[in-house]
Amino acid sequence: MKLEFVSYDECKRADSNIRQLAQPTHEVALAAKGITITYSGARALRDVTLSIARNEITALIGPSGCGKTSFLSSLNRMTDLIPGCKVTGHVYHDGINIHEPKTDVQELRCHIGMIFQKPNPFPLSIRRNLEMPLKEHGLTNAAQRYERIEHALTEVGLWSEVKDRLDQPALALSGGQQQRLCIARALALEPSILLMDEPCSALDPISSAVVEDLIIRLREKYTVVVVTHNLGQAKRIADSVALFWFQDGCGYLVEHTPTDAIFNAAQNAITKAYISGARG
Amino acid sequence: MISSKSSFSFLWRNDKILGRVLWASACLSTALLILIAMFLVKESWPVLTSIGITRFITDAGWYPLEKLFGLAPMLGATVIVSTLAVLIAAPLGIASAIFCSFIAPRRIAQAYRSLIALLAGIPSVAYGLWGLTVLVPLIGQFQPPGASLLAASLILSLMILPTIALTTDAAISTVPKSYLQGATALGLTREATIIKVILPAARASIGAGILLAAARALGETMAVLMVAGNVVQFPTSLFDPMRTLTANMALEMAYATGDHRASLFVSGLMLTAIVMALATLAWRLSGGRVHG
Amino acid sequence: MAEMAITRKNNSARDLGLMLVVWSATAIIIAAFTWIIGDFIIHGFERLSWSFLTTSPSNAGRSGGIAPILVSTLLILLIAITVALPIGVATAAFLSEFTRVGGRVRQITTLSLDILAGVPSIVFGLFGNAFFCIWLGLGFSILSGGLTLACMVLPILIRTTQAGLSSVPDEWRRGASALGLSRGAALTHILLPAATPAIAAGLMLGIGRAAAETAALIFTSGYVDRMPSSLDDSGRALAVHIYDLTMNVAGGDANAYASALVLISLLILINSVAVTLTNRYGSQRITAS
Repeated sequence: MKLEFVSYDECKRADSNIRQLAQPTHEVALAAKGITITYSGARALRDVTLSIARNEITALIGPSGCGKTSFLSSLNRMTDLIPGCKVTGHVYHDGINIHEPKTDVQELRCHIGMIFQKPNPFPLSIRRNLEMPLKEHGLTNAAQRYERIEHALTEVGLWSEVKDRLDQPALALSGGQQQRLCIARALALEPSILLMDEPCSALDPISSAVVEDLIIRLREKYTVVVVTHNLGQAKRIADSVALFWFQDGCGYLVEHTPTDAIFNAAQNAITKAYISGARG
Repeated sequence: MISSKSSFSFLWRNDKILGRVLWASACLSTALLILIAMFLVKESWPVLTSIGITRFITDAGWYPLEKLFGLAPMLGATVIVSTLAVLIAAPLGIASAIFCSFIAPRRIAQAYRSLIALLAGIPSVAYGLWGLTVLVPLIGQFQPPGASLLAASLILSLMILPTIALTTDAAISTVPKSYLQGATALGLTREATIIKVILPAARASIGAGILLAAARALGETMAVLMVAGNVVQFPTSLFDPMRTLTANMALEMAYATGDHRASLFVSGLMLTAIVMALATLAWRLSGGRVHG
Repeated sequence: MAEMAITRKNNSARDLGLMLVVWSATAIIIAAFTWIIGDFIIHGFERLSWSFLTTSPSNAGRSGGIAPILVSTLLILLIAITVALPIGVATAAFLSEFTRVGGRVRQITTLSLDILAGVPSIVFGLFGNAFFCIWLGLGFSILSGGLTLACMVLPILIRTTQAGLSSVPDEWRRGASALGLSRGAALTHILLPAATPAIAAGLMLGIGRAAAETAALIFTSGYVDRMPSSLDDSGRALAVHIYDLTMNVAGGDANAYASALVLISLLILINSVAVTLTNRYGSQRITAS
């Protein structure tokens, strides 16, 4: 993969210009076309076509079991890891279909990072959690690695909390800190897209709010796709919302509309019912 | 650190190569069993083809130099000594597991378990040494020569006791707690609970443990060799000396040649087959959960 | 009511009977083992001294020490472990990280390893003699003995390593692959380090099994009790030494007991290290999750 180093100062300058840069561009970062997912032959999700705009937060909402997480996993081919799982359809990123067999998934997953429901820092030190993937991806220069680590930790607001104990085990951090560390770990690889699978649902309310604020800040530099069960959260953070539903045990996409529209002027009967809490 | 790693880095940066290396190791591990089977067959092939398998059972005695290859007395002795050992060890082992699970306070049970684990760790040659120097003279005082079926069974039962005790203990611990609560709620006594509820519920795993112990007894060499007297004969009383298949191999391999050597490999094959059969039975009985 | 009372009494009598059986069985077991261990300690300490460990045996082992035998034992164990450990860990890594649960490859390999674990040690001895000593031409040597033991301990190492790897939480595997790490990187940096205590415990169990082994060594590493000068030399393992002194040397009992005490102490030490590692591994897993 290509590793272009961005200095910390540059990033800070970028950060200070956040408000100016915040204009959404509506450029498409990821385009899923006709995604159907089957588990051992049983269809779990059918024919989802969805465009994800660059530098926006797209929230995937819907009741449990409607295939949101499966869909999210298909966007960086994490579905490859599930035995018996088969994905048909296309996902275009940078003009290529990532479900082509010849795609380098390791490089792909650097570009499209993923955060899980339960924080999963490795049983290594805080530093090694970020350093090891960088080393594995060929960043051999220790000074550059250090700067990237510092930058990533600063981005998630963890630097001031952990800078004096970088060599302590990551598992000793609190749940919220662990989740931010996992986000920093993905950011250190300089992705353009972050996939988040209910990133706050395993956290306490205070940590959850911190992570939520972080996700909002991430929009300035990254495209974020977030699965959430929490409608309030979707309303607070998302630019657009995709509602998934299921019928006969198989998930499908009901609609994908800007957040304002879905919460204030929903047209679809299912959407209306779900938003109002009548169903789901 | 970094430099020494990078020289091998291709191994783990490229999953294909790593996968092949690991696959090759797995093949090697799997092939080992085939290799062992092949060599046992290869070495025993000359006698298997020239005199056939039946004569190993029907021949009048074990005089390999006179071309008499009757393994029957030793096969019989092996089965008898193992059966006796299991008959002695099984009740003791089950009782000791009951002691551990239901009677002893937690600390004592723990200490007792480590004692049993310690016994499992004593090497067979040490049991043999003790048997020959203590047990055999003791039996010899009543019924000379002392080195006998009885001595071998006793030593063997001590050796397999830990296996039975530990597997029974584990089997009892997997019986759902609700059975115990149910039995208590019905007002059953402790005796009735243990004998009528817990042991029957765990009987498959206990049986599997006993079969594994029997397999171990059949395959045991040194301890039996050292205390059994090693006379090739069907033991007719507890005090008769006798020789097992394993002891025969250990005693005669050193100088056996030609058909004699080949027939020792035949007995090795035979023994392995019996042990495998028992292990398979144990595996079936426990539903594939117990490991040897 | 009278009948009821009789049954109760009967029940409590049976309860008493069971307790009697259980307590006496336990007493028999404890007595037998106290007797055995006591004999080893009493007779073993008669000869055991520093010089016993550091001098060569003389007069067919009746007097002198066990220095060359300890060296041979160590070399045999060393060979067994150096050969079995990499193959064992690699096989376990292949099985748990590159094959599917319930897949055919995993089933066949696991089955063959289970069978291998059940093969009697004397049969390993026959195989070692036919394959290493004769077919490969290694003769009666420390190398032959070590390789034979390597075959014996391989299933133990694979089983424990596999158990260690399978108790590593899947979320770390998912985390690693979401970061674009190769499976190899995940193995070397996360999975194997996390499974290290289990691997070490398996290693200790394997060493314990190998050190206690006699039957597989008599016709592979042989009987020679001189100090080995190379791996091609025949070397007598401690367990073989005990066997030889007991069976073939009249008046060798005292030294046999001393050697047995050394071997048993060694095995207890190895076993307790294995148990400690397993326990610590268990508690570590609890704090980590």
